Amino acid sequence: MTSRHSVVRRGTIASVILFIIFLISWQWGPGLLGIPHFIVPPLSMVGEEFLRMWKVSNLPFHTGITAAEVLIGFILGSLLGAVIGYLLGISPTAEFALSPYILALQIAPKVAFAPLFVLWMGFTIYPKILVAVLIVFFPVMVNVLTAVRNVDPDMINLARAFKATRNQVFWKIEFPASLPALFAGLRIGSTLAVIGVVVGELIGGNAGLGFLLSFGEGQANTPMVFVAIIMLTLVGSVAYFGVILLEHRVLHYLPGRGATGY
Amino acid sequence: MIRLEYKNVTMRFPDGGSSETVTAIRDVSFSISDGEVVSLIGPSGCGKSTLLNIGAGLYAPAEGQAYVDNAPVHGPNEHVAFMLQKDLLLPWRTIAENVMFGLEIRGAPRAERSHKAMELLHNFHLKDFCNHYPHQLSGGMRQRAALARTLAVNPSVLLLDEPFSAVDAQTRIMLQHDLAQTLMKTRKTALLITHDLLEAVILSDRVLVMSRRPGKIIDEIRIDIPERENPLARRQDSKVAGYISVLMNRLEIGPVQSAATGASGSRQ
Repeated sequence: MTSRHSVVRRGTIASVILFIIFLISWQWGPGLLGIPHFIVPPLSMVGEEFLRMWKVSNLPFHTGITAAEVLIGFILGSLLGAVIGYLLGISPTAEFALSPYILALQIAPKVAFAPLFVLWMGFTIYPKILVAVLIVFFPVMVNVLTAVRNVDPDMINLARAFKATRNQVFWKIEFPASLPALFAGLRIGSTLAVIGVVVGELIGGNAGLGFLLSFGEGQANTPMVFVAIIMLTLVGSVAYFGVILLEHRVLHYLPGRGATGY
Repeated sequence: MIRLEYKNVTMRFPDGGSSETVTAIRDVSFSISDGEVVSLIGPSGCGKSTLLNIGAGLYAPAEGQAYVDNAPVHGPNEHVAFMLQKDLLLPWRTIAENVMFGLEIRGAPRAERSHKAMELLHNFHLKDFCNHYPHQLSGGMRQRAALARTLAVNPSVLLLDEPFSAVDAQTRIMLQHDLAQTLMKTRKTALLITHDLLEAVILSDRVLVMSRRPGKIIDEIRIDIPERENPLARRQDSKVAGYISVLMNRLEIGPVQSAATGASGSRQ
């Protein structure tokens, strides 16, 4: 226990020191190396731009739009991925029939659909959500499908020997056994959702952090681009740690949970 | 009264991807009476576990029929419960919830199943661990919990497939003792598959010997040692060594075999 504690303490201290070094080199590094401000603006400029955008450019609104799109896209994509994953998992025939299409769709770069969705649905929030749904769908579905396939057959036989129905086998064995893999898929999905939404916003529209990215680029406003990137990272982090939090609550029975592990 | 009976059971499996089949067991017939404990020994892959799965109703035999309480086995039924080398405790359930699993599947009321689970956990000295999760218990405790789960549905026949082969030697001795006591107290009938010849001798009334694949019953040895409920005492009995050497002989293992196959004259 003591060694684990000291690892956490020393690790935290090292982390904080690294962060301070990073901030210092961001502030004075570009100047010392003679890098112009329109290439890498120092930290203080990005900070000023952040305050300006917060007051003048409606930064909270754009962040909220992006966060809402990420959240909706992530939830819909995960639900769809999980449901299809379970259906294919318990029906080998369905998986066999659909696997070529799923594989093709999985290989196709999902973000490439963004312009198509914008054409279909205009400069609204829907194409952004749809790209996120599509991109979140696959890791969740594949993880669930694999997990259902890999449930220990002896466990299923145990339930069957107690005269379990197909429904009972699913809800009492297959579904709970697949939860760790489902959460692994959700973690991946939570970070991918941000990518999907940003690509959608870059393509078209006048709201969201992706829009601010391309607006800043058009104005050669490098600090603005940095601010947008930082806010996107923040939105992604919140989504990711939300999943982690839920995972710790649901999978509390697994050994080694509750400490720091993620 | 006969509890478990196999009549001319033959089982074939498809051989890999080809249309050929492999005969796993051929024409196996034997029966176990009420309250009897019978061990089944034989070389790996001789079809012991297949026989057990047929008894549990998980496989249908190609020919012949298994009977439990004189009723033909067609699929899983209430009279039989099995236990494997793996404890198969569900990691997301507490020990008490795991013990209740069979009763829950069968739709027993909540009060009844928790009463039954607590009673069994008490008997198996696991009461303090009822709200623990499986990973928090030692291998021996987990296997005791698995035995409690098996007994919770009150089967008339227990099918045990190498239940103690994954635990350490000392734990195994204790588990054997617990099992023998429980079987005697509850008057259960059991078919025990094991690789451990000593275990077969000290726990059973009879030992059945199976041949290499395709598995057949090649011998039946009645264990004439008193106190089946006390394997610790049986271990000390002077007849044990004799039974083990008979079983080794029938399984063709040990120095007997090398002499028989004529591995030059190294005998002393």
